[in-house]
Amino acid sequence: MKVSKYVLYDILRNKIIIAYTLFLFIVSMSMFQMEENSSKAMLSLMNIVLIVLPLVSLVFTTIHYYNSYEFIELMSSQPMSRTRILLSEFAGVAISLISAFLIGVGLPVVIYAPDDIGFSLLLTGVALTLVFISLAFFASVRARDKARGIGSALLLWFYFTLIYDGLILLIIFNLSDYPLEKATLLLISLNPIDIARIFVTLKMDISALMGVTSALYKDFFGSGTGILFTIGIMILWTIIPLWLAIRKFNQKDL
Amino acid sequence: MISIGHINKKFRKLQVLVDISAQMEKGQVIALIGPNGSGKTTLIKSILGMVRPDSGKITVDGHIINGDPSYREKIGYMPQIGRYPDNMRIGQLFKMLENIRSIPVEKQDRTLIQQFELEKIFDKPMRTLSGGTRQKVSAAIAFLFDPAILILDEPTAGLDPLSAEILKEKIIYEKKKNKLILITSHILSDLDELTTHVMYLQDGKLQFFKDIASLQEETGELRLGKAIARIMKGEKITNEWIDKMLEVKKDEKIY
Repeated sequence: MKVSKYVLYDILRNKIIIAYTLFLFIVSMSMFQMEENSSKAMLSLMNIVLIVLPLVSLVFTTIHYYNSYEFIELMSSQPMSRTRILLSEFAGVAISLISAFLIGVGLPVVIYAPDDIGFSLLLTGVALTLVFISLAFFASVRARDKARGIGSALLLWFYFTLIYDGLILLIIFNLSDYPLEKATLLLISLNPIDIARIFVTLKMDISALMGVTSALYKDFFGSGTGILFTIGIMILWTIIPLWLAIRKFNQKDL
Repeated sequence: MISIGHINKKFRKLQVLVDISAQMEKGQVIALIGPNGSGKTTLIKSILGMVRPDSGKITVDGHIINGDPSYREKIGYMPQIGRYPDNMRIGQLFKMLENIRSIPVEKQDRTLIQQFELEKIFDKPMRTLSGGTRQKVSAAIAFLFDPAILILDEPTAGLDPLSAEILKEKIIYEKKKNKLILITSHILSDLDELTTHVMYLQDGKLQFFKDIASLQEETGELRLGKAIARIMKGEKITNEWIDKMLEVKKDEKIY
């Protein structure tokens, strides 16, 4: 990927990615410094990661896409296929955001909590970044202008962090007479943020406080199938929006 | 080399290209002219695969344009408004294009880079450049890989007279190498000494596609601008654009 190099270079020049790395690093370090119990710190850190990571991935990718419109235009008059152009953009953004995460959060985690919980947080963080970059490309390729692109990216974020959970709660409350453990497990796993949260939480001790449901989940997610299932869902969430984005991009007039 | 068969293109409700067909061959220098919004740039972008026509097909050197980008190796394109990544330096831009095409420096045609003295400003970021300098960069890129087909969209607009002259000389030089050159311009006097064929677009329709000799014969005019005006008047299509064009001509020296 010769072109990704230039995409990366362009991203590094505008310094936002460096600010993002520093932000993650400072937050993670202060979490570990403030909490004496490292698993408590992990819990707070996880909550921040689950909110900030998708938001930054979505907004950054969308803005980057519109900012590099000239670049895309230039490339498309060269002997390069549209698919390759978009994949280079994806690779460039993914490499920079993932390295920001691995430096900003990964480094403190390796120093203070190099255990099972820590590594599962890092794994889901990387996966979530990929998922939301892919979703952002999908949104921005479809939208006609910058405002709509960023708007739909934010909507996606609201949907996955707030609205989706609200809908699930609604279902659980209304159908509380039925045994819904397995159904909710399925519903929750369709949301990448929720599945990431469960995956990490179940590794922690506090999961014991969540009752019978948690026992069921722990059985599932603790097993090898659970890990494979989580990774599989994340991969699907990355590949399908990206594939749709490429398909749309190939038909688009530049 | 380029054959266009029954191309149609709609942007939403606006029909920009209506059933356009043409056959362009090596050694031709084709002036693509027409009023603003007549579909010139859309036609060019269709050839480059940047705009996808709704129907019809375009072949370049026998290859149908449908996604395989390798045919673009034969094309050098100079856009109307050259837009480049803000943070990239001029030198990097050339380096990157070199990487994409994998053609080493020795095999590149860097005469325009030298003549426009771009090497001096190789470390300037693209965002700091003036419109004219961007045009120079665009021109240098179009000619860089010695392509068999050159597509130049308003090449001299925004260039100072000296640079415009350098570019014109270069186009004439390339014409001698038996290339297919497609130029759009509103400055018809620029095209006078270059073109072999004229393609006239209006409201997305191809009004005519003729070689200069028969155009001159039909109209009895040697100057391109007047010849076209004649034809358009003969076909009872008069528009403001033609009048405006002739107005400019009055101030010029007749030679």
